[in-house]
Amino acid sequence: MSDQRFSGTDRYVATEDLTTAVNAAVTLGRPILIKGEPGTGKTQLAEEIARGMGRPLLQWHVKSTTKAQQGLYEYDAVARLRDSQLGDERVHDIANYIVKGPMWEAFEQGIQPVLLIDEIDKADIEFPNDLLRELDRMEFYVYETHQTVVAKHRPIIVITSNNEKELPDAFLRRCFFHYIRFPDKETMAEIVDVHYPGLKRELLSEALNAFYELRDVPGLKKKPSTSELLDWLKLLLAEDVPAEILSSDDRRKSLPPMHGALLKNEQDVHLFERLIFLNQRNAR
Amino acid sequence: MLVDFFYRLREGGLKVSITEFLTLLELMKKRVIQYEVEEFYYLSRACLVKDEALYDRFDRVFSAHFKGVEDLFGPDGADIPEEWLRKQIELGLSDEEKARIEAMGGWDKLMETLKQRLEEQQERHQGGSKWIGTGGTSPFGAYGYNPEGIRIGQDGSRHRRAVKVWDKREFRNLDNSLELGTRNMKVALRRLRRFARQGAADELDLPDTIESTAKNAGMLDIKMVPERHNATKVLLFLDVGGSMDDHVKVCEELFSAASSEFKHLEYFYFHNCVYEGLWKDNLRRNSVRLPTLDLMHKYPADYKLILVGDAAMSPYEIQYPGGSVEHWNEESGATWMKRLLDTYPKAIWLNPEPQERWSQTPSIQMLSELMSQRMYPLTVSGLEQGMRELS
Ligand SMILES: Nc1ncnc2c1ncn2[C@@H]1O[C@H](COP(=O)(O)OP(=O)(O)OP(=O)(O)O)[C@@H](O)[C@H]1O
Ligand SMILES: [Mg+2]
Repeated sequence: MSDQRFSGTDRYVATEDLTTAVNAAVTLGRPILIKGEPGTGKTQLAEEIARGMGRPLLQWHVKSTTKAQQGLYEYDAVARLRDSQLGDERVHDIANYIVKGPMWEAFEQGIQPVLLIDEIDKADIEFPNDLLRELDRMEFYVYETHQTVVAKHRPIIVITSNNEKELPDAFLRRCFFHYIRFPDKETMAEIVDVHYPGLKRELLSEALNAFYELRDVPGLKKKPSTSELLDWLKLLLAEDVPAEILSSDDRRKSLPPMHGALLKNEQDVHLFERLIFLNQRNAR
Repeated sequence: MLVDFFYRLREGGLKVSITEFLTLLELMKKRVIQYEVEEFYYLSRACLVKDEALYDRFDRVFSAHFKGVEDLFGPDGADIPEEWLRKQIELGLSDEEKARIEAMGGWDKLMETLKQRLEEQQERHQGGSKWIGTGGTSPFGAYGYNPEGIRIGQDGSRHRRAVKVWDKREFRNLDNSLELGTRNMKVALRRLRRFARQGAADELDLPDTIESTAKNAGMLDIKMVPERHNATKVLLFLDVGGSMDDHVKVCEELFSAASSEFKHLEYFYFHNCVYEGLWKDNLRRNSVRLPTLDLMHKYPADYKLILVGDAAMSPYEIQYPGGSVEHWNEESGATWMKRLLDTYPKAIWLNPEPQERWSQTPSIQMLSELMSQRMYPLTVSGLEQGMRELS
């Protein structure tokens, strides 16, 4: 069954700003670019759109060496050459050596699929430019077999970026854009709820207070994100840590329990210890 | 009203293109959103703003433009004349956008489409759409082009909320154009990354292929070398202590942000001028010291040397043995500088001091001369020039 609109799922909390942007992309079949701090659910979004709307999902995880062409198809010339040396029959049909990429796969789907292009900013600066035409027309030409591949349905293309590189204007003009703001406490409580339904209220509220206070510490190298919060909660639950330990009094006296899940950087731990030390001195 | 909004955005420094604007109109026609102004805010933002650093600017324009929006929707507001609209739009168009309109069949075609959509919209209006107001005899009214054309959120519930989303200014701290330098940083980083990637190659290893094929009794055996993206190796020497600390921090951040792009990036610290020893850790400056000579042996000549410092010191610190303010140096700073530059032909000095002041500071003059004038200001353009020199 496939749905026409996206409105979040039982596993994913989507705020109204996000769903509005996604539905715009769904309606016009144009890509949507998602940015946001690490761990704000950029990658998971595509999976949830697919799940929530009952669509197939294709994924393309971009690395620094990824080329735009690889999303369309690759011609495995080396394999063919080898086969020719070995006298393999397959060698006569070049189509045997055309390897379809995720974009091609997406174009072939019988219903409008979701295509995730994850971390586009990892690739070369030219990468987005090389995809302009394909994203516009949703078609491309295969030189080796002289065929034009046209999308049966314009896929819902979700592109994520961690802002390592700026993306070209021509590319941006073709996309919708949404920046996932770091969730406020209310939204975060909802997110926690989909991961750990039925968590004790006191524990949740103390944990969230501690978490947001920690994020506010100036000078942290890496602020803990949603995924760190979720990991931390898992540990707290496993150890059955009582909510009182997290209360604000204790927070000023010592690092929160299992802080390793929140502060992954030694310098940040030191910084925090220093702050606690100063707090205690001032308190005296 | 929407056209005005479009121009207000452009005046506000948001480079909204007509393509993006038309996309927004198309979505409204397809009724992606219902009748709430908040949804319209989200939708227009997703269509028109492509950088979170500009969200705040968008919020301000949105707020100013739609303030007391209900009052504007009187039953008989003036329509916008077509000629005026055409002129306004043409003024704001880039060549690319003009070409696009030509490709769509030119202005008349565009206007015709708009008219057509008007009719569709009006039919819907009869069906009860709150988006379309009353005064819709002009083509633009229907398409949301004039203030009377749309009632934004008049009957929605959310606009009665105490604070509107756009008035919360939640993205203010993302607008880093206000802080000097932070915005430039991004551009600088981009330039640095491009520099780091030089030497990238996707290649067939011909010698190895020939050799292997020969060994293979003439059976072709293709050898490829993996694409090397990060070919650039850099030694970064940073002046620490005193007035330089802030600049060093900026520099460290800049380079570490790009560090994954370099094949190798090594940091060392010095004070004022380079002598026989350097520090690996700028905090423990007095404990662990690395002989400069060892370093020159360890890192080959294909490393590029980037020194960052204000080069402001007493000339003694450069010219004479024992001139250093911190320790007894057997050989002069100039001697060490020459040695370094002989080892690393590709070298530059980045100086945070404003360039106008360079000529008044003798030590800057001296170091710049030692560097054969390869001293550049620590600005984006200075960095660009420097990188060009290095590549
Ligand atoms: N809105 C949300 N609803 C439910 N879970 C969420 C939400 N946002 C984040 N999470 C959880 O946080 C974790 C990180 O999500 P994800 O990997 O998608 O983040 P990301 O933005 O892609 O991060 P990165 O930038 O590091 O790639 C996941 O476990 C995900 O389930
Ligand atoms: Mg991700």
